[in-house]
Amino acid sequence: MQLTEKHKQYWQKNLRLTGILLVIWFVVTFVIGWFARDLESFTIIGFPFSFYMGAQGSLIIYVLIIWYYAHAMNKLDIEYGVHEGDE
Amino acid sequence: MATQSQAQFYSSLKKYYSFYTGGFIAFVIFVAILEQLGVPNKILGYIFLAATVLLYAGIGVMARTADISEYYVAGRRVPALFNGMATGADWMSAASFIGMAGTLYLSGYDGLAFVLGWTGGYCLVALLLAPYLRKFGQFTIPDFLGARYGGNIPRSIGVFAAILCSFTYVIAQIYGVGLITSRFTGLEFGIGVFAGLGGILVCSFLGGMRAVTWTQVAQYIILIVAYMIPVVWLSVKQTGNPVPQIAYGYVLEKVTAREKVLNDPTTIDGAREAEVRAIFKQRQEAAEGKLKALETGGATYLAEEKGKLVQVATDLKANPDADPKAIEAADKAAADYPADAAAAKKAWTAAAGAAKAKTAPIAAHAEPFAGKDEATRNNKRKNFLALVLCLMVGTAALPHILMRYYTTPSVKEARKSVFWSLFFIFLLYFTAPALAVLAKFDVYTLLVGSNFSDLPGWVNAWAAVDKTLMSITDINKDGIVQLAEITIGGDLIVLATPEIAGLPYVITGLVAAGGLAAALSTADGLLLTIANALSHDVYYKMINPHAATTRRLNISKGLLLIVAVFAAYVTSLKPGDILFLVGAAFSLAASAFFPALALGVFWKRANKWGAILGMSGGLGTCMYYMYMTYPFFGVNAPLWWDINPISGGLFGMSVGFAGVIIGSLLTAAPAKDIQELVDHVRYPNLEGDIRTEAA
Repeated sequence: MQLTEKHKQYWQKNLRLTGILLVIWFVVTFVIGWFARDLESFTIIGFPFSFYMGAQGSLIIYVLIIWYYAHAMNKLDIEYGVHEGDE
Repeated sequence: MATQSQAQFYSSLKKYYSFYTGGFIAFVIFVAILEQLGVPNKILGYIFLAATVLLYAGIGVMARTADISEYYVAGRRVPALFNGMATGADWMSAASFIGMAGTLYLSGYDGLAFVLGWTGGYCLVALLLAPYLRKFGQFTIPDFLGARYGGNIPRSIGVFAAILCSFTYVIAQIYGVGLITSRFTGLEFGIGVFAGLGGILVCSFLGGMRAVTWTQVAQYIILIVAYMIPVVWLSVKQTGNPVPQIAYGYVLEKVTAREKVLNDPTTIDGAREAEVRAIFKQRQEAAEGKLKALETGGATYLAEEKGKLVQVATDLKANPDADPKAIEAADKAAADYPADAAAAKKAWTAAAGAAKAKTAPIAAHAEPFAGKDEATRNNKRKNFLALVLCLMVGTAALPHILMRYYTTPSVKEARKSVFWSLFFIFLLYFTAPALAVLAKFDVYTLLVGSNFSDLPGWVNAWAAVDKTLMSITDINKDGIVQLAEITIGGDLIVLATPEIAGLPYVITGLVAAGGLAAALSTADGLLLTIANALSHDVYYKMINPHAATTRRLNISKGLLLIVAVFAAYVTSLKPGDILFLVGAAFSLAASAFFPALALGVFWKRANKWGAILGMSGGLGTCMYYMYMTYPFFGVNAPLWWDINPISGGLFGMSVGFAGVIIGSLLTAAPAKDIQELVDHVRYPNLEGDIRTEAA
């Protein structure tokens, strides 16, 4: 089993996507969490911003991160010919 | 069914579960009619619990199997959507269903650590583990460790860690099962535990993962319906908007305004609150004064004080005009007086603590990390973020969850399945904060300020059931309820919501059934993980690799039974605090598994010695920290950087990562076949690929 250049490119692209999504995950969770007291003052649909993010906003972003990853990777598999055969 | 294509299978599953959902709703309506006909509540509770457990048993029997792959991974043909529902039920435990909204009610913003941690962890599952584990495609998590790192040592540490964290977690679940069964049927707690155990075993005993999967889907549907109905109803009642998750922003504003009024002694309500807090302050000081006197006076002081009480009683009895009730009270006061210094210290410390908790002003619900000074606030922030991290990484390391991604038909489906998992979990988790605020609004506006003579029915009903859930006393004797006079236990919020919203009893029964579904489904997944680690990893992979299929299955089932009974026995002893047990399981899993699993996929250089060092070091550090700092163990060593014992995983994880990296770099790179295995799991499909999938 020898990996081709194309295979290596696929893995690089996967790593880049994973990295970017992890950065978003980190910012949404820990950076906003760290500054929660400073972000309290403005509101979003009636909620203080930090409360909204903790109770709802971050969760929606998590769901979107995972949806986007599945979508993008399933497409990348086909593009690079490493997808599984359909049953 | 074997001849069915995956597409046909999927469409028939959708049909079955649509019928099932319809049937369940019809059943709820039927019970509602029974209630209208005057069937007593207790009978309705029995009907609900018995019917749902029988239903799970039915699915469990129908899904029985004698096939290894069906037993361990449900034949690897669970479609993404259904695996998502099963994972949701597997994931959401009694703590999520019953405890979460209550935690949010009691601690406001700071409770959101659980909401964030228990959802955000799925990002790590999706991005770092699930697709790769699916490609690897064997039966257990120790399987992966054994293959990736070679040899029995990494596998054995994996088995030990899997059993340790699953067992800690399953105790909390069985406790929840016992609590619900005993509360809604009137059975004693210990009997409730074993009755619930029967419910757990019927789901998993005959059909292993296959049966557990299909019952978990059924349990998810019940638990989500049960959770939503009362919240939507409460939201319509308070705001006229049937989408509580949007509507509660407006309610939160009103709660915040109300908090300000109650904290402001210049308003009428605020002045009453201040009065009650002042009384609690006096009680705290009185208790502390007695503690101080005890320290200096010791047993002599105790004897003197008791003597005074006895004297009071004797004087009263000597007086022919004394009120018999007063005599009785004086006798009781003398009899209840602590017998020795140790008992006195314990009783008065508890009294001082309880009173002190009531002297603080009301914490603002939406305010993050509230505290009296900057240091307290920073400490709270640090622990909040540490807990979030431990819960997230623990999510991405708990074997009973990761195992579920072995059951999908392909890598592609595994990725989609994580999305569905989080989506179904999200539905409950973004509702819990809404429920907490809506319930708080009712308590702050309707209950506070009402007269003691006409309390709502649910208050008295729950106060009669359990004082720790609900107790209310007129401290300042003004006949009006103040917030500081109410003590609410977190678990009350979900259990009493139907009554707070003024819904019929049938909905209370439904909520109980939902809580039971949440606890049973998680307990099933966990017990299966433990039994599989023992039967598959220890017996089949290490002791007897030539064992025949029937023997392997019989051993698995036998172990399941033994583990279940043992877990129920430990639970009936009521060890520790539930929330701590749950948190500890996450910290332990995060320390033991996450570094070795993630680096195993993303770093080819990671090798056997690195894994051994990282896993044992991480797990050891976490266990050591919890043992040294958690009060239950009685050592009470100083905390490291003020991090609470529940977040001990923070240190465990750090040591784990350092261990894998250092251990690997100090020893030779892994052999070529291991490196090929890593390539194999990284690509969903490679030409000339090796095969690792176990059939």
